[in-house]
Parts: sequence; C-alpha cells; structure tokens
Amino acid sequence: MSGMATRAADLLTLTPQGLYCPGGDFHVDPTRPVPRALITHGHSDHARSGHGHVMATAETLGIMAVRYGADFAGATQTAELGEVVRIGEVTVTFVPAGHVLGSAQIVIEHGKCRLVVSGDYKRGRDPTCLPYRPIPCDVFITEATFGLPVFRHPDARAETDKLIESARLFPERAHIVGAYALGKAQRVMALLREAGYDRPIYLHGAMERLTAFYKDHGVALGETPRVAPDDRAKLAGEIVICPPSAIQDLWARKFPDPVTAFASGWMRVRARARQKGVELPLVISDHCDWDDLCRSILETGAEEVWVTHGQEDALVHWCLSRGIRARPLHMLGYGDEEAEGQAGEAAAGAPDPDGAAADPAAADVAA
Amino acid sequence: MNRFAHLIDRIGYEPRRNAKIRLMADYFRHTPDPERGFALAALTGALSFRHAKPNLIRGLMAERSDPALFGLSWDYVGDLSETVALMWRAPDPELPAPRAEPDGGAPQNPGADARPHASGADGPAPGIGHNNPPPDGEPIAPEGPCPHVPALSEVVEGLATAGKSELPRLVATWLDALDETGRWALLKLITSELRIGVSARLAKTAVASLGDIATDEVEHVWHGLEPPYRELFAWVEGKGPRPEGVNPAPFRPPMLAHPVEDEDFAKLDPALFGAEWKWDGIRLQAVAGRDPEGRLVRRIYSRTGEDVSKAFPDLVEALDFEAALDGELLIVREGRVQSFNVLQQRLNRKAVTPKMIAEYPAHLRCYDILAEGGEDLRHLPFADRRIRLESLIGRIGAPGIDLSPTVPFGSWEELAEARRDPAGAGAGPDADAIEGCMLKRLDSPYLPGRPKGPWWKWKREPFLVDAVMMYAQRGHGKRSSFYSDYTFGVWRESAGGPELVPVGKAYSGFTDQELLKLDRFVRNNTVNRFGPVREVGYGPDKGLVLEVAFEGLQRSGRHKSGVAMRFPRINRIRWDKPAGEADRLEILERILKKGETGQHPLGGAPAGGGA
Repeated sequence: MSGMATRAADLLTLTPQGLYCPGGDFHVDPTRPVPRALITHGHSDHARSGHGHVMATAETLGIMAVRYGADFAGATQTAELGEVVRIGEVTVTFVPAGHVLGSAQIVIEHGKCRLVVSGDYKRGRDPTCLPYRPIPCDVFITEATFGLPVFRHPDARAETDKLIESARLFPERAHIVGAYALGKAQRVMALLREAGYDRPIYLHGAMERLTAFYKDHGVALGETPRVAPDDRAKLAGEIVICPPSAIQDLWARKFPDPVTAFASGWMRVRARARQKGVELPLVISDHCDWDDLCRSILETGAEEVWVTHGQEDALVHWCLSRGIRARPLHMLGYGDEEAEGQAGEAAAGAPDPDGAAADPAAADVAA
Repeated sequence: MNRFAHLIDRIGYEPRRNAKIRLMADYFRHTPDPERGFALAALTGALSFRHAKPNLIRGLMAERSDPALFGLSWDYVGDLSETVALMWRAPDPELPAPRAEPDGGAPQNPGADARPHASGADGPAPGIGHNNPPPDGEPIAPEGPCPHVPALSEVVEGLATAGKSELPRLVATWLDALDETGRWALLKLITSELRIGVSARLAKTAVASLGDIATDEVEHVWHGLEPPYRELFAWVEGKGPRPEGVNPAPFRPPMLAHPVEDEDFAKLDPALFGAEWKWDGIRLQAVAGRDPEGRLVRRIYSRTGEDVSKAFPDLVEALDFEAALDGELLIVREGRVQSFNVLQQRLNRKAVTPKMIAEYPAHLRCYDILAEGGEDLRHLPFADRRIRLESLIGRIGAPGIDLSPTVPFGSWEELAEARRDPAGAGAGPDADAIEGCMLKRLDSPYLPGRPKGPWWKWKREPFLVDAVMMYAQRGHGKRSSFYSDYTFGVWRESAGGPELVPVGKAYSGFTDQELLKLDRFVRNNTVNRFGPVREVGYGPDKGLVLEVAFEGLQRSGRHKSGVAMRFPRINRIRWDKPAGEADRLEILERILKKGETGQHPLGGAPAGGGA
C-alpha cells in the first residue's frame, strides 16, 4: 500500500508551476509557462498561453487558439480520446470529463500505478460536451469547487425553465443572464433550445467567438445575434447572455428594466446571489456538486485522493472518514473562471487572460 | 408555507424598497386569512416561540450530519438557517444517495420515521438518479404531492404550542416535507431573524398600501392587535371598521441628518442653527401613553421601528410620563458616559440578566420630543420642541433619562473648536462617547426620513494608520463566503528585530470590487490555516498595506498590542506600499497618550496617517 503511494508521489509532484510528472517531463494545467504542458480543458485558469509544447484534445487546442491566437504555444499535439500515448517513461490517456467542450481527464500510468488528473469535471447532463467517464485508478486527483454538503445542484433544465417562465411573465423586461463565456453560456443556450425556446438568444460581444466555435463543432444553438448597442432598448422580453462581470455594468442598464440573472453553482447560496445583485439566480454548474464529488471518488475505487483546490478541507475530511487516504494540495491559481469571463474575448487575441480583464468600458465598446 | 417562503425568498433578492412593498402587498392581497396575518407577524418580528430556538436546529443537525462537515458548511454559508436548509434531506447527507441507502442512516438514531424520505417527491430522477430535489421555484403549485407540506398557520401554531420534547420530531417532519426554500423559511421563523431587508415599518407600509391609508394610521391601531390581524386587513381593505384600541405608544419614523461637507458651511448661517453633541450610541425612541383603561403603555423602538422594549427593562421602567422622546442609548456608570465598546456588551442579548442591567445600566440621552400627552409636536419648530423637552425632562427627574446639552457657539469656527475638543467645550469626561456635532435648524419641524437642509451631522475626522494585513476570516450576511474580515498589525521592535503586532480587525470600508480583489489576495497568499482563519504572508518586503481609519483608541488587556481601536475600517488599500513602510506601534501610543491627557488629538491626519 504505502509502496503504491510512494510511487504515486514520485509519478506526479507539486511544483510552483503546478502538477509535474518527472517520468514524462511534463506539467498538467500549469499556471505559468513551461516547456511541455498537458491541458485538461480550455478555461483560462487551466489553459494558459506561452508553453513550449501543448498536448490537448482538438477542441481544447481550438479554444486556446480562439482565445490567445494561433501561436499560443511553440508546438501542439492533438490528444485523441481514449488513445494511450507514451511520453518518456509513462503513458497518458485523455478521457472525457463532461466539463465543457473538449474537456478531458488525463490518465497517467507507470507500471501498475495509475493516476487520474480529472481537471474540472461534472456529472450533470450537458448537451454541449461528451459525458464524464469514471476511470478506476489508484490515485484520483480532483477539484473541490463545490466540496461542501450545502452544494447540491438541482436539475439544470428546471433552472432554465425558471428563466423562460420569468421572460414570459415579464415581457416588458429584458433578461440579462451572466454566464462564463466558455461552456456555461453555450450550455444555457442549448438547454433553452431543448426546452423549446426558439426566439433569438442575444449575445454580448464577448460571447460571440466561442459560441461560433461551438456551433462549428456541431452544437446546435439556433439564432444567436450579437447585441448592437443601439438595439438594447428594444430587447424587452428577450434573453441576453453576457459575461458575469457585465450584469452590473452600465452596459446592462441600457436594456429595458433588466432582470439580472446569473447561471452558476454559487447561486445556491443566497448571500452569493445578493452580493452580485442577482435577482434571478440560476443554479447551473459545470462542476460536480457534493454528492457527485463523493460518488465519483467512490467509483474510481482510488485508495488515495488529492484535492487540488476549492473546499478541500471538507472533501478531505469526508475521504478520511471513509478510510480513503486524502490530502489537500492547496493549489493556487485555479477556480477563477470568473476572471476569464471578464477577460472577455472582446479584445481579439488579447494575450493576457487575467490582465486586460476587468475593463467594462472596453467590453461595452466591443459589444 | 410555500407561498410565504417564496415571498421572503424573492424579497431577499430585491434591492428596491418600492418593489419590496409591492411584493408584500401583492402577497397580502392574494393570500387568505389567517395565512397572511401570520406572515405579517413574521415580517414585523411579532412572533417568538418559547421552545423553538436555534439550539433546536443545531440539535437536529447534529443527529443527522457529520459535525465537522456541518461546521465547515456553516462557516462557508455564514447563516445557520440557510446552511441547514441546504444540507438537510438525505438521511446521511455526506453519503451519495444511490447505493449507500442500506447502511446510510444515522446509526445512533433508530427513531424510525425521523428518516427523511424525499424520494416520493423527487419525481422521475433525471439521468442517473442523483440530480436532485424537486425544482425549488414552484410558487404556484400549492402543495407537493406525497408528504404533507404544512401551512404557515399550522407551523406558527405548532411552534407555539408543541411541547419541548415533541418539537424536534415535529420540526424534522416539516423539514422533510418542505423544499429548500420552504426549509429556509421555516428555520428563519425559528431563529426569528428573517434578515431580508424588511423593517416592521416597511411591512406596515405594505399593509397600508392595500387601502388608501397612511402608514402612521396603521402604527396607531397596531397596539392591541394580535396575529393574524384579521381586523387590520378587513379595515385596510374597506371591509371592516377601524380596529378599536388606538396604540397609545406608537412608533414615529425618525428624522435623520445629512453629513455636512466643508463647502456647505459657506451656505449655512450659524445664527439659524443650534448644535448638540453627536453621541456614539444607539438611536432609540421611547414612547409612553395611556390605553383606554388608563394603564401606562411603555415602548422602546429602534430607529427602524422594531420594538426593543424587552432588551431594556431598566429603561422601560423609567418611562414614567406620557410622551414620545427621541434620544441616544448610552451606558452611564457613576455619572460618566461609557464608550461604545462598553455599550456593545449590552446589545444583542436575548436574555437580559439583573447582573447585566447592574453592570451596563441603560441610559437615554434625549434630544427631541415628538408628542406629549396625546399632542403631536412634530410640526413645531425645533426651538419650541427643545423648550418642551427641557421642561419634561426636568419634571421626570429619572436618573436613567437626561437631556443632551446644547453646545453654544457664535460662529462655525467656534463650533469647529468645540468639535475638536469636546472635553474642553463642556462635555468633560463624556468626551469619549462623542463622535462629533449635530447641527439643527432652530425653525425646522420634525420631518420623517432624511430631508436635506434642516439637520446636519458633523463627524470627527478619523485617525489614520497604515497597517499590514495578517489574518483573514470569512464574513457573514452580505459578505458571506468571502474573506472579508481582516486582522491587521503595525510594526514594533522586538528582540529578533521588527515584528508585526495585531492592533485591530476591520470588515468594512471597501467596495464590492475591492472585496473581490482582497478575497483573491487572501486566497493566493495564504500561508497558514487555523480553522476558519487564514494567515496571509507578511513581512518587511511582502504583504498588503491597509490604510485603516478609526475613531479612537483605548488601552486593552485583551489585545497583544495593548490597544483597541474604535470602529476601525479600511480607508484605502495600499497595493503600492511596501509592508516595511507601514506604521509603528509608537504612533498609536502617541495617540493614546494625547487622548488620556484630555486633549483630543483630532483634525486632519494625525501623526503617521495619510499618504
């Protein structure tokens, strides 16, 4: 047992850049530029520009190109889902994580020891990406964004139904829905379409390019016109999707008596919704809730769990109380998808995902 | 219960006052008696249950959940009711439902039907059977199918009458039957703190809006009415007579002041104003009047109209007159007004013990009179009301009630001098409890709300010090789940060189945008975790400098630094300033010494403050 654990700790170590595999000489989702990176998915806290060599799914590579420009890395390598690829002394396999389009878990194997870096993942249904697949392993590396038993995400469809109902009830008001530009926005749109909502869904400029990318990859989202600044006053009764940072901007005030909505797992906690001045909280998350985190850990059969970030304490405590070895990694730099929302795809090819961030005026102009 | 739950849920998300009134009015209009009456009672804080207390909830939770997970969750959410409402449901919340069912129940508690079975209500489980509760947002569907969802009146009745031993089971049964919003509302009733931004006054305003009736009229008949207020609703809806028994001791909305800015003085004629000290206490309204049977009814109201009489029995006893007085709650010991720190010991206590009353005697320092012997005085000029007030206070002669003295002045410069040094301007040792001056136009009537012009508040300049963030903790309420409470320190010399010593804690003064940045700073610079507290990195060349504003200093044995700050808040965040250049403890010592020698070192930025 302890032998296995030692090997696992040798197989993957923690460096200032993030998780590092000495046997393959690569990092997973490094937070700073490194020679060789394996990337789980396209959110900017996991996929940064400036690495020497990037291996990721075709979709993730595509998303990175949309965000950072075609030259986001020195070289790229497409990971085919399920294909076992040797890198140095180890093999790696990408397996769907169900988080956003192109998201994958990365399985790292050496000898008899198998580690799974799950990245961000979820179990709830999402018409815009492949579902998560549980992989039996010795060490499971998980996030814990919603790692407290207060987080239980309701059925996402019921949440979009609330939105449709509200839009029907208040035909004189525009519904401004804050959603992360990558994944959440497209999932909300897809769920609205599934529910039969067939009006145009209006987009803030920062949403446009990734939404087009999703459409190019076969996700049906219907008509999604970009909001022209002068048209805002005419959008009573319509649904508009924008980055979370824009719902409180001047940009949003120009709509007729806007109802501010926000699609996020955080909306489960009332105070969080109020803090953002959200009137219509939509509990839609692209992360696992508590039950799914626990279930996923059990399903992997892992003897040991590493918790990267989020509410590590509670999940580690739960593992230990189930006789599963667990430790928090307290990793920094993850969990700020929100910053990504602010960064906006507005400034085309803006190289710095965090910098340029919070300039609402820029977003307004671009919109 | 569901309708009420959705009402308070929606109000909680609604920032606009008028929209809150509309939501309540709409609810009252479309909800039958007695439901709406019990809702009104809950909204006005008129419900209180003998056995149903927060402890009961904690007890239920302890039976059903892992205490560590409950503790972490509570710390994160920052609100007991909401934490429990969110966590409640599965027999063993930390076990995934699907297959752990057989051994999932709390083993120590075989109390058979205490096990929740929401399964019936879940309907067709989407996908893999996990994705859970019935949608919360179903205001229209009256009651769910299987389990019995209690009506609000049933809940209120049950909480009021059930015995101590049967309550836990009763509450657990309801919790099992309700959805998350319903559970939250039920628990809010039990903790008797709705905290949805609705004052008693606002709820009464909503009732008044059902008919063409002024809110003051509702206040007048309020006394003598009991939940569920059938006569009240009948009256405002024009279906019944005005309820008998006019409130002999009604609340009257207070008049508030605007802060005065330096440039305002050029436009203000000192001859038209009177001045008083601005006391650092709690604004109260003390009202006493006779009911039709001739009994004296005495009430003490907070500035938002909550009846807080129960918290101040000593003061209530002193209300031996028929009048409505506006004044400041202070603690006075041996003739000397105590600081706000002392007053705080007396606040927010559910039970008021004789010991507490003896140690922290409540005192009302009056500055206005709104009514006397049934006569409304609010239309009189301030100067005339002041004469009536002085005469009444003289007649009462109660030790716990006195007059807030006027501050004589001929010019604004003279008043500035008095404000700078209240001790030297007649306040003597009470100067510690003074936070500036109030200016009141002598000819102004008493106008509810915050009219611009007649009343001004002129607060003392705060002290400023540059300190370094050392620890952070999550906040509550509006700041829940963000690291928003910061302990900060200043430098002092020690054997091993300069070290930071904590001097205070602040949780306000920054904008929401700044809070996001501060929270991120804490999360990215955590070096240690002590339960809910995080220690951040600090040292001569790392750390975050906070410019802290505070109102005063006191010596304190409880703090390592030996000083305690009054009302510290973050004035500015000095992202630019190296931590090594933050202030030193000696600066605080100097402020303290000046304060102790009687001269208040005020005005401008004191030593070390500022940029």
